[in-house]
Amino acid sequence: MPVWQHLYDELKDYGFMVFAVAMESRGPEAARPWIEAAKTTYVSVIDADHRLAELYNMVNVPEAVWIDEAGRIVRPTEVAGSGDYFRKMDRVTRTLPEEGKAMRESMRTRYMDALRDWVKNGNRSEFAFDANAARGHVRKQTEDVALAHCWFRLGRHLHAAGRAEEAEAALAEASRLHPDSWNIWRQMGDMKLEGKPNPDFWGRVDKLGARRYYDKIDMPGMP
Amino acid sequence: MVTLLTERGRYEAAASTEGESLWLPAVALSMATGWELKPEGFCRDEICVPLSRGRESEFRRGEEVDAAKLFRYAGQPLAASRDKSVWSFGTSAAIRSSALESLEAPDIGLPDLAGKVHRISDHRGKKVFLSTWASW
Repeated sequence: MPVWQHLYDELKDYGFMVFAVAMESRGPEAARPWIEAAKTTYVSVIDADHRLAELYNMVNVPEAVWIDEAGRIVRPTEVAGSGDYFRKMDRVTRTLPEEGKAMRESMRTRYMDALRDWVKNGNRSEFAFDANAARGHVRKQTEDVALAHCWFRLGRHLHAAGRAEEAEAALAEASRLHPDSWNIWRQMGDMKLEGKPNPDFWGRVDKLGARRYYDKIDMPGMP
Repeated sequence: MVTLLTERGRYEAAASTEGESLWLPAVALSMATGWELKPEGFCRDEICVPLSRGRESEFRRGEEVDAAKLFRYAGQPLAASRDKSVWSFGTSAAIRSSALESLEAPDIGLPDLAGKVHRISDHRGKKVFLSTWASW
């Protein structure tokens, strides 16, 4: 978030807004410390039901959508500059090896530079997709995914209502129907563990094997 | 009373459940989901799923409609708690995908830490970087 604040400060005079959405089913208090520490002046909101993920077919954080002045999508949902370098992290000290740090820096810089280029140059930017390319980048959705969002919303409500056991079953059904959604799986763990780190996280990441955790970002130079 | 959870929010409605059916006042279903039973079919905005002639009585009785049966008929997703006191209504992948492929950014209002609601469409005229994060 400090990165987004920096970017917003730099670009706000170009007619630019950051609309940052915290996916937090345990409610605003889970997000508050981060928002207050970053002293955000852009729009910073809370999405307890992951409604944005449902509308924009999101599966992970951070993901982003670029929307132009007329409300048209010029880059559909994609990973917002992160990559699988995090999988090389030392799992005890939570530090990245040098190579991973370099990759993180390179990806973040490329992504942020692309965003800057679009904000300053609009449709002339090579990073703004034309309508056909934008459509081609919309992730395909399945009816199982649509149903997963129903179960997720139900599970979130039951959890907040204190019906923990049934909530867990509903959330597990959501995750079963939409196994590609790390948002659903990780939020489910966060609700159950009330914010404590999920001991099963690395195991599920390792099971991906050669598959990606973060989808490839379709920009030149991205791994 | 049942609780209805939809992308528009949470609603309470007088209802009766019978087996797989959920009988609701038609106005309650429309308010919560935007779906209405009209002469041309089961409709939301410009989308209408036609009902076969003569079948309307299966879905409507007086001012009530069988919301669960209508949703299943129209291919729209739904889920319910075990005691059928809470129902969650969604939108099919077909509708979602065609909305996204129109490239018109779906609008949504969400609260900030103080509870003030912000809409994406409040920022028309600016470029918007719509981004997600989480504490977990």
